[in-house]
Order: sequence, then structure tokens, then C-alpha cells
Amino acid sequence: MSDSAVLAAPVLVAPPRIALVGNPNCGKTALFNALTGARQKVANYPGVTVERKVGEFLSPAGARVQVIDLPGTYSLRARSPDEEVTRDVVLGRFEHETPPDVMVCVADATNLRLHLRLVLELKKLGRPIILALNMMDVAEARGCRVDASALSAALGVPVVPTVAIKRTGVVGLLDQIDRSMMVMAADGPPAPCGWSEPSARDLRAYHQEVEAILAAALRDAGKPSLATQRIDAALLHPAIGLPFLFLVLFLMFQAVFAWAALPMDMIDQGLGWVQAAAGAALPEGMLKSLITDGIIAGVGSVVIFLPQILVLFLFILILESTGYMARAAFLLDRLMGGVGLHGRAFIPLLSSFACAVPGIMAARTIENRADRLATIMIAPLMTCSARLPVYTLIIAAFVPERTVAGGMIGLQGLVMFTLYAAGILSALAVAFVLKRTIFKGAREPLLMELPAYRLPSPRDLLIGLLERARIFLARAGTVIFAIMILLWFLGTFPGAPEGATGPAIDYSFAGMLGHALAPLLAPIGFTWQIAIALVPGMAAREVAVAALGTVYALSETGDALSGSLSGVLAADWSLPTALSLLAWFVFAPQCVSTLSVVKRETNSWFWMLVMIAYMTLLAYGAAFVTFRLSSALLGG
Amino acid sequence: MTAPVSGSMSGPASAAVPSPVARMTPGPAPGTSSDPPPVGDGCRLGSLRKGQRAVVTGLDESAVATPLPPGELERRMIEMGLIEGARVEILHEGFPGSDPLAVRINDHTLAMRRAEAHAVLVTLG
Ligand SMILES: Nc1nc2c(ncn2[C@@H]2O[C@H](COP(=O)(O)OP(=O)(O)OP(=O)(O)O)[C@@H](O)[C@H]2O)c(=O)[nH]1
Ligand SMILES: [Mg+2]
Repeated sequence: MSDSAVLAAPVLVAPPRIALVGNPNCGKTALFNALTGARQKVANYPGVTVERKVGEFLSPAGARVQVIDLPGTYSLRARSPDEEVTRDVVLGRFEHETPPDVMVCVADATNLRLHLRLVLELKKLGRPIILALNMMDVAEARGCRVDASALSAALGVPVVPTVAIKRTGVVGLLDQIDRSMMVMAADGPPAPCGWSEPSARDLRAYHQEVEAILAAALRDAGKPSLATQRIDAALLHPAIGLPFLFLVLFLMFQAVFAWAALPMDMIDQGLGWVQAAAGAALPEGMLKSLITDGIIAGVGSVVIFLPQILVLFLFILILESTGYMARAAFLLDRLMGGVGLHGRAFIPLLSSFACAVPGIMAARTIENRADRLATIMIAPLMTCSARLPVYTLIIAAFVPERTVAGGMIGLQGLVMFTLYAAGILSALAVAFVLKRTIFKGAREPLLMELPAYRLPSPRDLLIGLLERARIFLARAGTVIFAIMILLWFLGTFPGAPEGATGPAIDYSFAGMLGHALAPLLAPIGFTWQIAIALVPGMAAREVAVAALGTVYALSETGDALSGSLSGVLAADWSLPTALSLLAWFVFAPQCVSTLSVVKRETNSWFWMLVMIAYMTLLAYGAAFVTFRLSSALLGG
Repeated sequence: MTAPVSGSMSGPASAAVPSPVARMTPGPAPGTSSDPPPVGDGCRLGSLRKGQRAVVTGLDESAVATPLPPGELERRMIEMGLIEGARVEILHEGFPGSDPLAVRINDHTLAMRRAEAHAVLVTLG
């Protein structure tokens, strides 16, 4: 559904276009979703949307209308790349694009004093405007009363009250859009654009105008959210704030293990059953090997991690939708300042725990180029969810499942937390070095809105999780599936020569490649099977796990297949090798999508190459040190 | 509801307010001082403590070190609602060093550092 509603490129026969413009976090994307039925990301912090998204709907008059959702902005002056997108769309500076025909300004009814200023600025563009007075439910709950018709009269713009998340007022908005487009068609070409970059004096004049409008239209200013103030009194408390934040992150990683264990076991058993059934049903031969060793062992070894990924996303979704993200940025501003980063950098970095790609894009909200580049460079060091399978697999094979600290903390979860911490600490160290060498300069000021807390709606959480599951399974079913088939071929042909003793994979193309790479990786303790897995792992990190699944399935002689992959690894690898591989994956730059998004966002090959170089170097170095140290300590 | 404070808004505050660089102490150069002296009978947002309320009387970024071009910090602050006549209250302070600040400005809450809050002139009350 969302795929059909969100088009990447403008269509040729241009339908009328409307753009959703407004301050950050006022509900533009929620309204976009309500209008088009799309499922773009909605969350309770400023700077969620960082690129333009295009969708379509049918107006009540039967016209096809294109809607553009834009990043929020406080003014058209554009201080950061996300705000530049908004400015360029609104001013028609995008190549091959006229400015939108109608602008729907979205404003938070509880904060008109701030939001109306932008509306006045947008009026200067000389194009038809509709004001969507959003969050009317919150306004009502806080006793804030706005007289919509008085507002419309004072502002000279049609006003439609809405509650975007409940789709209230959408019909009224659609009607108004039709009316505005009719008026526009009758009026002929729009007035010339009268906008120019406002000076401080102009900005003050806008504010004065807003005060005059509010004097006419605001019946009761209402009270600010008392609940938010009470919660913040605890969560931003100097003594409680940071410990609580770290507790939340710690619980998140514990939960990834604890809550996901049961469903993972079930998937594991299910896969074992499918593999056995397929093995029994299929005649002995190539096809059987392709299906059981190639597809089920490969794709299955990744699918099994779905529960963990969903638990991780559940936590991130809750943090994002309650409004805690902006608080975390507040709490960490001082600490991150120690390494020269901006508090805001926390938001892209936390998104990177899910995946570095949206994380790197979220860095668009950071105004200063040097700060933004530094944030982009360290984002892939945050342990993304694709590394989760690798970590889990090795931990399950080598770390005993028991609890420490009197049964309170799972040892496996603790090791996982340590790996996450290693990623975070090395990211901070890299930032520290970068900010003192290439990205020198004073820190950009922090001016960030702290939104009122909101209870996440269970429905939205569920939709967010299902969307995640769909993406994950789609990847397993396409990219990983294809790579596994390819790998199976490379691992099977050419077959073993007459009288060979080892498994066929030893003599295959993949085996040759693995053996060729082995000397390079021997100093860090990697086996030739690992070497094979690292190559397809370039596509995406979790593919390495799938590849190990296939490689070991092909390597097993006889019927030893029944054991799970982690059991096979526990028998095959030494502990130093396992630790070394973990250290490698804390740093390894193996993800084509991350590298290409770095190329796009920095608009340069150079930074992408720098990233590959520094991460590979760190990965090899860390693995080397880990392998040597642990070998020496364990007497290996 | 805040009555618009006309008169004091006739132009950029930096022109209306006398230079805050008091030449009494040979302290650090202007712009690096973390605690500039109060101006006139008012004081600066950056020196308020948790729970204190005030009204903004002007903006003066000359006392603040920023990597931004001149005038930019002032414009950003105005865009975020820090304008003459705005009621402000320090809601929360960060840690360590009671920094950054969570400041309520009329109807919304803004996170900002003390260093930059020194650019906001206020009178208590
Ligand atoms: N109660 C209530 N909450 C709303 C309404 N509209 C949006 N929200 C919530 O407000 C928050 C922000 O919504 P978004 O749609 O992401 O806001 P946005 O304007 O797209 O934000 P940016 O992309 O950051 O500029 C989310 O938590 C929404 O659930 C509304 O009408 N009522
Ligand atoms: Mg949005």
C-alpha cells in the first residue's frame, strides 16, 4: 500500500500538487498518511522527516492530487540540509519542478504563537494557502480555545481544524483543497513571489503580526502539559536523568535476548522440521542439497533473528513516539560535547542501532557541516540490527547461558551489551579524533524543541513493527535468498575430484576463494570458512551469518547437519577465533547500502573511501589484538 | 496573554541595547566569558536558575562565542520564539554544570545551552 502511494519520481502528466509545510513535529506526516493512506514514519520529536515524500489521493471532486510531505522547518531560510529540501520545494527551486499549486500549512493549535510566524512567511509566496489547525484534541484537553473563523479572518487564509492521527477534519481539508484549486484556476496565474530572506527586524515584525492575530482569535491560551513537566522533573533531573537513560538502553539489550529467546527457539525447531521434511521428501542429489543446504540453512539462519530485531525496534519505536528521544539529546549534550559532538547527534546515532542508513540520513538535521560529517562517519559504528544475528550466533555458541548478579542479569545479554558499548565507545573515540583533526571548529548552538510527552498508540506500534518485519523478511526472501543460491553453486562446483577425502566445498570455487584469502586472515584467527562468509557479507552484514549457515551445511560430511549452526560453530572454532570475529564485526564496514548512502549524503566519493579505509583498519586491528591477547591468555 | 511590548522592538536589539562588554575587569575577551555582567537593571537568561521566571527584553549575541555568521544566532532565536515580550521560565537544568537548560518560552519548551542563553536579556518577574 505504502509503496503504491509513495512515488519516487514526479509523473509526466502533472496533476495538481499540494505541499505540506510547517514547523517540525506539528503532524505533517501524520496528515500525509491520513490523506494518502501511506505509512511514512511519524514520531514525537522534531526532525523525523528529512526528505520529501510524494503521494497521491483522489479529491472529493474526483481529481487526482499529488501531495508532498516535507521536512519541518522554522523558517524558509533553511539552516540545515533537511530544511533546504523544504525551501527548494516551496520556492520551486527543484529541477524540473514548479512550486506546489496549493500549500497546506500545518500548525500545532497549542503553539500558535510560534507556528503562525511561518504561515505569515509562507503567505509572502503569493500562492494559495490553507491552514490545517492540527492537534485540536490536545488543544481541547489543555483548555486552549482557538476561534477558527476569527483566525481565518485575521489571517486571510482558510482554516481547517484537524486531528491528523484520528483522521478528524480530513474531509473538511479535502473540500477546502478542492475549493482552493477552483479559486486558483479562476484567478489565473498566482501573484509573483514576494518572499525574500527575512532580517531580524522582519522576523520581529512577523511576531508582532502574530500577536495581533492571536489577540483576535485565541479565546483561551490554555495550560501547558502538567504531566510533561512532572515527568521531566524526574527524567531530566540532574541525578536521575543520565542513569535512567543508561538503564533504558541496558534493558533494551537485555530484552533483545530475554524476550526473543522463546520465539527464536520455536523458529529454530520449525526450521529443523522443515529441513528434515524436505530432506526426507526430496530425492538424494543436487536439488536436495540446494534446498536444504543452500536455501533453508542459509535464509533460515537469518530469519531466525526476526524476534530479536522486532524487540529492538519495539524499544526504538517507543523511545521515538513518546518524546524521550529529544530528552536523550538534552541529557547527552554535555557528554557528547566532550568529544565535540552536538547533543542532537544522539538522534541519528540511536536510529543507527536499527540501521545506519536512516541514521545517516537523519544527520541532515545537524546544521553544521563539520558536525554532520563527523556524525555520519561514526554512525556505522553503532551496532545496527544486521549485526545482531552475527553477535547472537557467536554468543549463543560460546557464552554459557547463565545469569550473574544473583540471577538478575543474563550473561549472554551482558556480553551483548558489552559489544554495543564497544561500538559506542569507539564511535566516541573516533569522533574525538575527527573533531580535533579534520572537523575542527566551535560547536553549533543547541536550540531544540522538547515536545510534550505522548502515549504511543498500540496500533501505530504494531504497524511500525509489522512494517519492519515485512522489510526484514523481504530482504531475506530476495537479496539473501539470491546470494545463498549463488553461494551454494560456488560452494558445490566444481565437484570434488575422484578419491577426495574432504567435503566437496574444499575443492569448489568458494573453497578456492576461501583458501586464497585465508593467509590474509590467518593472523586474526579466521578460518577459511569465515573468509568465504565475509565476501557475500559485503552486501549486508547478516548475510555473513546466512553464508556461514550454507558453508557449514556444505562442509558437514554425513548427517551431522542436524545440529544448529551455533552448535557446529562451537565445535569448530576456538574461543579466540570467535572473539576475534566479534571484534571484527564491531568495526567492519561491510554494508553496501551504508556506503552508498554516505556517498549520497556527503556528495563525495572521498568520505565514503575514508569510511571504508578507517573502518577496515580498525576492524583488522581490533580483531588482531583480540585474537592475540585471548590466545595468549587462554594458552591457545 | 503577553501584551506586545512595542517601542523596544523597533529594531535589532543589538542596536537598542548598550554594549554589554563592561570594561571593568581585564578578564577574558568578550565572547569567551561564560558569565557576562548583567546589563542595566536586567540580567541574562543564561544566569537564571531552575524555577526562575522572566520576560525577554532583548537579544544581544555579541557576548556569545558562536561559529555562526553575525546576526544568525539572533535570527534563529527569534524564529524559536525568543523575542522581546516572551515569558520564559527555566524548567530544568542538565548535568553536569547545570547545563543545558530546558526553557519554557510562552507555550513551548526549548533546550538550549547556558552559553547561548547569555545572548538573551531578561527582566525577572
Ligand atoms: N494528539 C495528537 N497528536 C498528533 C496529531 N498529529 C500528529 N500527532 C503526533 O505528533 C507527533 C509528530 O507527528 P509527525 O506527523 O511526525 O510530525 P511532522 O510534522 O511530520 O514532524 P517532522 O517530520 O519532524 O517535521 C507524533 O507523535 C504524532 O503522533 C494530532 O492531531 N493529535
Ligand atoms: Mg514528518
